[in-house]
Amino acid sequence: MFGYSMAEIGNVFVMQGFSGLSLFSVLLLMALGLAIIFGQMGVINMAHGEFMIIGAYATVMLSKFAVKYDFVNYYFPFAMIVAFGLAFAVGYLVEFVLIRHLYKRPLDTLLATWGLSLVMQQIFRSAFGAKEVSAELPEWMLGSFKPTPDIDIPINGVFVMGLTALITAGVFLFMFRSRWGLRVRATVQNRVMAGAVGINTKKVDRITFALGCGITGVAGAAFTTIGSTGPTSGSLYIVDSFMVVVFGGAASLLGTISSAFGIAQAQSILQFFMTSSMGKVTTLLTIVIILMMRPEGLFASKIRK
Amino acid sequence: MSTLSRRRFIKASGALTIALIATGVFAGSAFSADFPTAKVNTTGLAVTDKTVKVGILHSATGTMAISETGSIQAEKLAIEQINALGGILGRKIEVIQEDGASDWPTFAEKAKKLLVSDKVAAVMGCWTSASRKAALPVFEKENGLLFYPTFYEGLEQSKNVFYTGQEATQQILAGLDWIHKEKKAKTYYLIGSDYIWPRTSMKIARKHIEQHLGGTVVGEEYIALGDTQFGSVINKIKLKKPDVIYAAVVGGSNVAWFKQLNAAGLNSSKQTMLTISVTEDEVLGIGGENLAGFYSAMKYFQSQDNQENKKFVAAFKKRWGDKSVIGDVTQAAYLGPWLYKAAVERAGSFDVDKVQAALPGYVFKDAPEGPVTVEENHHLMTKLRIGEWGKDGQAKVVYTSDYIKPDPFPKGYQ
Repeated sequence: MFGYSMAEIGNVFVMQGFSGLSLFSVLLLMALGLAIIFGQMGVINMAHGEFMIIGAYATVMLSKFAVKYDFVNYYFPFAMIVAFGLAFAVGYLVEFVLIRHLYKRPLDTLLATWGLSLVMQQIFRSAFGAKEVSAELPEWMLGSFKPTPDIDIPINGVFVMGLTALITAGVFLFMFRSRWGLRVRATVQNRVMAGAVGINTKKVDRITFALGCGITGVAGAAFTTIGSTGPTSGSLYIVDSFMVVVFGGAASLLGTISSAFGIAQAQSILQFFMTSSMGKVTTLLTIVIILMMRPEGLFASKIRK
Repeated sequence: MSTLSRRRFIKASGALTIALIATGVFAGSAFSADFPTAKVNTTGLAVTDKTVKVGILHSATGTMAISETGSIQAEKLAIEQINALGGILGRKIEVIQEDGASDWPTFAEKAKKLLVSDKVAAVMGCWTSASRKAALPVFEKENGLLFYPTFYEGLEQSKNVFYTGQEATQQILAGLDWIHKEKKAKTYYLIGSDYIWPRTSMKIARKHIEQHLGGTVVGEEYIALGDTQFGSVINKIKLKKPDVIYAAVVGGSNVAWFKQLNAAGLNSSKQTMLTISVTEDEVLGIGGENLAGFYSAMKYFQSQDNQENKKFVAAFKKRWGDKSVIGDVTQAAYLGPWLYKAAVERAGSFDVDKVQAALPGYVFKDAPEGPVTVEENHHLMTKLRIGEWGKDGQAKVVYTSDYIKPDPFPKGYQ
């Protein structure tokens, strides 16, 4: 078939399947934090990418530290915790200083967080320099895993997939099985009523926002295994993140997951059969057409209007 | 008594001050006196008896700051060295630095500001082709002088610009010849970022491979700038099994590309790759371990062993820190101020038209990359080098070509 043996085609099929799954987990990880902030709170956070970069820089810095004191093989889990903590703290602060004054003006949050993203980019540039840097990866994360001699499954891809599964499960448990999640959902559905039954809605807002930022920070840490980190790298992720969340239907986590899956598979398969740029264009066009027919996205929550 | 002593003191110190100023003037003008300002500057540039203003126009902020910072540093270093040697025609260079902010219209605006209100005698600047194309009309209209450091796609020649980097054919043809001969390469996979420089370069590369080397191009692919997912492309490459991947991926994508290639098991032991977009600067982000064994085609590598380069590297590290690395473009940017100095001295004038006419034909013997000649078409005649990357982020030069004449409008390649 086309001058390739069946075995070759089979191998590529496996690897291609994996690359689709890997793209899926990357998109999902990117979008999870945004799904919480935008989906649950309705805040358009244009500084989403920069929160990711906080996590990425934390990882890079820790990796330098790890190289110095010779614990490169173990630092990564630690780095993710630090990334989460830092992004969470900054998110908490940003909510307190900026976002909470703007809940009733959603378009103003767009402008304010965009400004915030510019400020953060310049802070990164001043603090870490304009050049892109890379984290020193632990040995076990490099190279590929080979079930047969001709199939290579990148280990860092497997790592990101595992992490995504873990975090997604965590977010689900948090949102649907914990008291906090209950309060968050109550606040989203009816703020006044939630307040009336004794939920501190302001605190819920702050924690939810910070949590979304924290998860975004972990995503940033994970992405140091794939790409590089620079002051403006965050802007690379913002479009894809919004695309996934909006396409999935803003208020639904399940929607975010299925939209990430759909976009990733479509893009991955199309890019294999067409050129890269055409694959991307076709995917985007399809999304636009679907959104024209279903403006609420794939999984719209059923609300009576 | 006290008043007298004060008067004497004032007198004495006054005399001393006058004496100091006088020696200062004489020392400063020992050379510039031979070149009175009225004679060397007939077009109203910012040239005085003691100083000449030169602009630096790069992105110090925004996406491109990553790349352009090295050029700014190299240009400043060269200018400081020139000043330490007494300046140009006895005049110290005063730098006016403007920030293009990675935004192309800003480059045009700042170029206008430098030329029209600051009246700088020359500008070292621009990095991307887009920024050069934006600023070019300003330089042509105001008759300014631009020294442009980046290797670029060619198809341009302006009397107002000197191109100190390589144009496409200088970088591409000799490199492909080498890999064809050395690695017996027959099949090539071309991959680049999706904008003018990679596309023009790949067009030239494809023509050369198909018409002159008798090879075949088994795939040609362009990745959107900033895209970091290469899974599908890598699988395609695995299926096509090219002898050589010829790559011109830039920016953040570059890092993702090499990391994922390595993670997918395509390292240098299995795959030959020649890239025209990786210099020591990029390696910082990519990481030497992801690059080890792959090749870059550049005119300069930091590891070059000649005396001039060792001096340059030492001076650069002394000025900008031990950890700084020097890529191809950084070195090319370093040439700018030196070429300008030579041109003014050859012309005996700062007037732009005379400087333009005086520079072609000049051989800059002390260039870190080795002697270069300025050609009539305002590009440099240079050699091409192939560097093999090591884990430490430095390249070993494995091949040096003969001198290659710049040919910005290559016949048969367009």
